[in-house]
Amino acid sequence: MSGGFWSSRGIPLASLMLIRQPVRLAVALAGISFAGILMFMQLGFRDGLFDASVTVHRLFDADIVLISPRSTSSVSMAGFPKRRLVQTMALPEVEGITPVNWNLLLWRNPETRGTRSILALGFEPGDPLFTDPTLSPKAKKLTQKGRVLFDEKSRPEFGPVAEWFREGRVVESEIAGKRVRVAGLIGLGTSFGADGNLLTSSETFLELLPNTPPGSIEVGLIRLKADADPALAVERLKTLLPDDVSVLTKQGFIDFEQNYWKTGTSIGFIFTLGAAMGFVVGCVIVYQVLYSDVSDHLPEYATLMAMGYRLNTLLGVVVREGLLLALFGYLPAYAAGQGLYLLVRNATQLPVAMDFSRAFTVFTMILIMCMASAGLAMRRLVDADPAEIF
Amino acid sequence: MPSSALSESIHKPGSRQELSVRISGLSHWYGKGSNRRQVLQGVDLEIAAGEVVLLTGPSGCGKTTLLTLIGALRQVQQGDVRVFGQQLQGARRGQRQRLRRRIGMIFQGHNLLRCLTAEQNVQMGADLLPGFSYRGRRDQAREWLRAVGLDDELGKLPHDLSGGQKQRVAIARALAARPKLLLADEPTAALDSATGREVVELLKRLAREQSCSVLMVTHDPRILDVADRLVRMEDGRLFQAIE
Repeated sequence: MSGGFWSSRGIPLASLMLIRQPVRLAVALAGISFAGILMFMQLGFRDGLFDASVTVHRLFDADIVLISPRSTSSVSMAGFPKRRLVQTMALPEVEGITPVNWNLLLWRNPETRGTRSILALGFEPGDPLFTDPTLSPKAKKLTQKGRVLFDEKSRPEFGPVAEWFREGRVVESEIAGKRVRVAGLIGLGTSFGADGNLLTSSETFLELLPNTPPGSIEVGLIRLKADADPALAVERLKTLLPDDVSVLTKQGFIDFEQNYWKTGTSIGFIFTLGAAMGFVVGCVIVYQVLYSDVSDHLPEYATLMAMGYRLNTLLGVVVREGLLLALFGYLPAYAAGQGLYLLVRNATQLPVAMDFSRAFTVFTMILIMCMASAGLAMRRLVDADPAEIF
Repeated sequence: MPSSALSESIHKPGSRQELSVRISGLSHWYGKGSNRRQVLQGVDLEIAAGEVVLLTGPSGCGKTTLLTLIGALRQVQQGDVRVFGQQLQGARRGQRQRLRRRIGMIFQGHNLLRCLTAEQNVQMGADLLPGFSYRGRRDQAREWLRAVGLDDELGKLPHDLSGGQKQRVAIARALAARPKLLLADEPTAALDSATGREVVELLKRLAREQSCSVLMVTHDPRILDVADRLVRMEDGRLFQAIE
């Protein structure tokens, strides 16, 4: 039909119908935006929490990671013999290794004297630990016994350690009843399992935790030569080493941790449910708006049908209304999402940020929401009987 | 074409191709079972091309039903209805929809789209014509509004127009699709007598210029003289009125 809306430009009926009822349009857009914001928040929290669970994992300078098969997550890491890590040096593609001790220890707040669990990593100060090159000069200070590097991004409950240190004060505290001195600051970030982090030398670590058997480590970092294939190396290490260690790629190590929080806890379910509720609320609002819009204009739609417009043309108008609502409801939701993420980041130090896949997911959900509502509202249009308007 | 010649031709055999509407033995019922009520009883009617026919009668006698059947808005139940030679008895939805494009309709209420300006409303009619650019269709819409004397009200919404102005926009919209048959259901019902007269005369003049047949239902005795022919309906039966 060359006279229809599709093949040639016509009157933009859909947008005019929306614009000429500004109050209803505002309600619709507010509803869609609200649903969008809800989804952004819930999914943002979910992904943020999962991301946060691997803040430290991402920083390691390693291609392959050894852990004990008895480890279930960062909050319950089991030890394995350090000699397994040394054995990997037999493989020609292995360039270097770093044994790491990993445990949650009780840190005493130097100001309030209260204690709180902090993640402590012990390593040989000369070994590479993180990919961040600013660490190694600071690590030298750990060669002295009883010194720690404190994560300045730790939650404030650990005390004003960073402030005091920057002011030039000597910051001393207790870990597991032993005196330690802060020798420097590092920036790692909090995670699910740990509200704060600190680094220390293996020697100091063993002193803080005298029950740790010597020669036992929780994490073994392996760096490969530049041309080596990590997946292949993992396979070769698996055949080389006995079953008392698990061999993971760095991504596998990250997945191992995230998987625990995703499947071992109800966090994923709770936030996904929250997002689903946002979706349902949005559906109800959009449907309500489109339905009453179609009902209000029913005599006009019937008139158009009497004039010879096809039902499909009129259905197209409703679809366009839905599309426009989706688009213009999404934009404010996106903007508000950005703002709220910033707010959450500042308040919780959780790495919540807008990423493309979530922005796309939420847009898709809003689009589905509007199109489904339009589809339901259309059924009303079929009731438009042009014979009734005479 | 002079209308007198046309009205004579109705009764001549072999002039069927000149007919816009040809109805014979049309009956229609509403409701089902014991509630079934007959509204049209064996109606016969022929309207020649370019002829203006006025249909009068008491309310509830079936005038509007006849109009909706001719306008392809309702399924024909019994009898023969041909519009532009197309049989409507048993016609499919798509066929009826395409036929409606060639029939202009003017309603008791103006039935303009509230969200469109006068110009856009008329263009909704012009948009049904194939083969014109957007600009071309808009220009046609403006010309039609000029023809009904509303060239100063192009950008106004129906809300801001008077009753007579709205009905004139509705006429412009119906004619903008260049129909060869115009069905009007009491177009003057909502208007005062002077405005009503004016609107009907405008309607007749424009229809004649387009050689468009008109079937108008009316109660208004003051406009009967615009008709080429009067027909009267009572209890679902049609009578040729005596002039």
